[in-house]
Amino acid sequence: MAKLKLSEDKINKIKEICASFGNKPSEAINVLHKVQGEFGYLPAEVQEVIAQEIHVSAAHLYGIVTFYSFFTMTPKGEHPISVCMGTACYVRGAEKVLDEFKRELKIAVGETTPDGKFSLNCLRCVGACGLAPVVLIGDKVYGRLTPDGVKDIINEYRS
Amino acid sequence: MEMINIIIDNKPVKAEKGQTILKIAREIGIDIPTLCYYELDGVNLENRPGGCRVCVVEIEGRRNLAPACATEVTEGMVIHTHSLRVVNARRTVVELILSDHPADCLVCSKSGKCELQTLAQRLGIRDIPFQGAKSTYRKDMSPAIIRDIDKCIMCRRCETVCNVWQTVGALSAINRGFEAVVATAYEQDLVKSPCTYCGQCIAACPVGALSEVDQTRQVITAISDPKKTVVVQTAPAVRVALGEEFGMEPGSIVTGKMAAALRAIGFDYVFDTDFAADLTIMEEGTELLDRIARFTKGDKTVKLPILTSCCPGWVNFFEYNYPDMLDVPSTAKSPQQMFGAVAKNYWTKKLGISREDMVVVSIMPCVAKKFECQRDEFKVDGNPDVDFALTTRELAELVRQFNIDFASLEEEDFDQPLGESTGAGVIFGATGGVIEAATRTAYELFTGKTLEKVDFKELRGLEGIRSATVDFDGTPINIGIAHGLANARQLLDSVRAGKTNFHAIEVMACPGGCIGGAGQPFHQGNFDIIRKRYDAIYREDAGKPIRKSHENPYIQALYKEWLGEPCGELSHHLLHTHYFDKSKHIEIEG
Ligand code: SF4
Ligand code: SF4
Ligand code: SF4
Ligand code: FES
Ligand code: FES
Repeated sequence: MAKLKLSEDKINKIKEICASFGNKPSEAINVLHKVQGEFGYLPAEVQEVIAQEIHVSAAHLYGIVTFYSFFTMTPKGEHPISVCMGTACYVRGAEKVLDEFKRELKIAVGETTPDGKFSLNCLRCVGACGLAPVVLIGDKVYGRLTPDGVKDIINEYRS
Repeated sequence: MEMINIIIDNKPVKAEKGQTILKIAREIGIDIPTLCYYELDGVNLENRPGGCRVCVVEIEGRRNLAPACATEVTEGMVIHTHSLRVVNARRTVVELILSDHPADCLVCSKSGKCELQTLAQRLGIRDIPFQGAKSTYRKDMSPAIIRDIDKCIMCRRCETVCNVWQTVGALSAINRGFEAVVATAYEQDLVKSPCTYCGQCIAACPVGALSEVDQTRQVITAISDPKKTVVVQTAPAVRVALGEEFGMEPGSIVTGKMAAALRAIGFDYVFDTDFAADLTIMEEGTELLDRIARFTKGDKTVKLPILTSCCPGWVNFFEYNYPDMLDVPSTAKSPQQMFGAVAKNYWTKKLGISREDMVVVSIMPCVAKKFECQRDEFKVDGNPDVDFALTTRELAELVRQFNIDFASLEEEDFDQPLGESTGAGVIFGATGGVIEAATRTAYELFTGKTLEKVDFKELRGLEGIRSATVDFDGTPINIGIAHGLANARQLLDSVRAGKTNFHAIEVMACPGGCIGGAGQPFHQGNFDIIRKRYDAIYREDAGKPIRKSHENPYIQALYKEWLGEPCGELSHHLLHTHYFDKSKHIEIEG
């Protein structure tokens, strides 16, 4: 028998959310959405509980989690970094900025640094096209960013 | 049934409304190529994602080409299945698939039987124009199945089989776009998933992305080792399918040729799993009667119905899904494992050799048997009762490697004593067969009377779930049968809910039973092949001089000389097993 560990509070919370959607297999996406809202991410143990509660296979649920980029299995960093990949930002070099973040933090998009400080994600247009390319760190907006500026910004948060 | 008029490749055709273009074309002999589409009509299994677009056809008046497998005909439809536009489009589609596919054909296990390879040849593709990035995944090796997902073309046939026919849910499509593949939860290895190793995903996979672990090399090495005595046993379903690998008609019975081929390959003793099937009936039949007797006396500790336990795919399934019911299945080992136990505990003594000097090989229609023989409880000090389980396809491979002209072999007999079997042992290979064999013996043991007719037609057939009541001289015995784990789940759920009154239930994981096992020659969705194997099994049974397990003289001798009584002490030790809870438990932390 394979064992998975999870705190009682978490289990009860997940069960409550599943029940609020009638424990229906067809509500999988909504359940995942709500649970991620609660815990910030969807680790395997959490998916196992959901799968059992709403009667779908763990593989099927994982299929949904990997299909939608919105869902994530890694916890967000203390300082979540979001690089806008909307059209305006993209044409103004957002990709180069993103690459610089990847290089500097040594993580890929969707990942979190081992010390839990930073996580990296992409967004679509955040409505600040005039400032393109735009990067969000937590709630703070950084505009007209160049690859050269990336290191300095990260250092603001490193200390 | 409403009929409509359509024109297909300039031929006016009357077609049934609601049918797909593909079905109608096939009925009138027009072969539209397909890749993702998969159907096993005998068991109502269909995979129709309409995703690969290899089957596109041109419909007059429509701007876009339409997938024939997913488009229904309408009145007056004019269809071209091989117009220039269609041929070009189809070619592009296949070229695109090939551009993200490793060109491993030289050493691929599917080569020669791969539907993608056949298609590329049929369309005359000589080079691959869209060379681009190829997705790469790690190979997943389990005890029985290899997943080489670089070769996956995302037809999703395996996913449908695993989820719909088996309700196992080990596999699902994950990711999107270029990254999309079929995988397990969290992309873990198959061993960490609820996979039963039934292998039906392999049987459905059009390419070499899924295959069984090949052990022919190890077997040849054992045969070449002069210190080893190599014993082989052959499962009942193999003899009605092996011929297909050598161009013989489906349903050909090749028992004698198979024995001759195995001897020519160099096995020291050519024995028969059917012998062990007869032994299984002695044990399981006795267990059934004992449970019924105690149950009627009001013994609360005994569970009915008894469930058959000879299918390792099924055993894995209930260990994962019915941990609360582990005392319900029969404790009798499967024939493969009973044979192994007899070979390594009895035959070694007869020969005066140690178990380490004997290698037991089984030839099985089955992929799950590879997993079964590696289970720890079937080993003594690390030495397994059955060393290697080869599939029917692997045996065919050996026959070819040894340059044996199979079709023209003279028929030979099995060796004795572990090669003698009855008709009851033979029908183990088909759905309903195990329970019919058990009924033949249990009836006579229970009533003390001789059966007038040994054929229990009411237990036969290919419907997914069947039930019948057999009259044991005034005592009605209720029997349930399921093939396919979705059907088994349905039966088991009603047993769990206390809604049935069965005394015994037989389950086999594969379509039609072991004759449709995943180690058999590929049928590529042609269910007629399974029907022909089914008929052949019952023909072989009818032709046997002895048709009840307890009348097998060598079985009687084995009990007299060695085992004592069915379900006796030695039997319990060597021929019975126990089951494990493999379900997932969410534990509270702290
Ligand atoms: S072997 Fe059977 S249970 Fe395992 S993944 Fe394949 S179809 Fe599913
Ligand atoms: S593994 Fe095989 S059957 Fe499954 S989706 Fe890939 S190609 Fe199709
Ligand atoms: S039905 Fe037969 S071939 Fe299929 S998994 Fe069970 S034992 Fe193996
Ligand atoms: S595209 Fe980046 S803010 Fe609009
Ligand atoms: S066979 Fe019709 S779309 Fe794949």
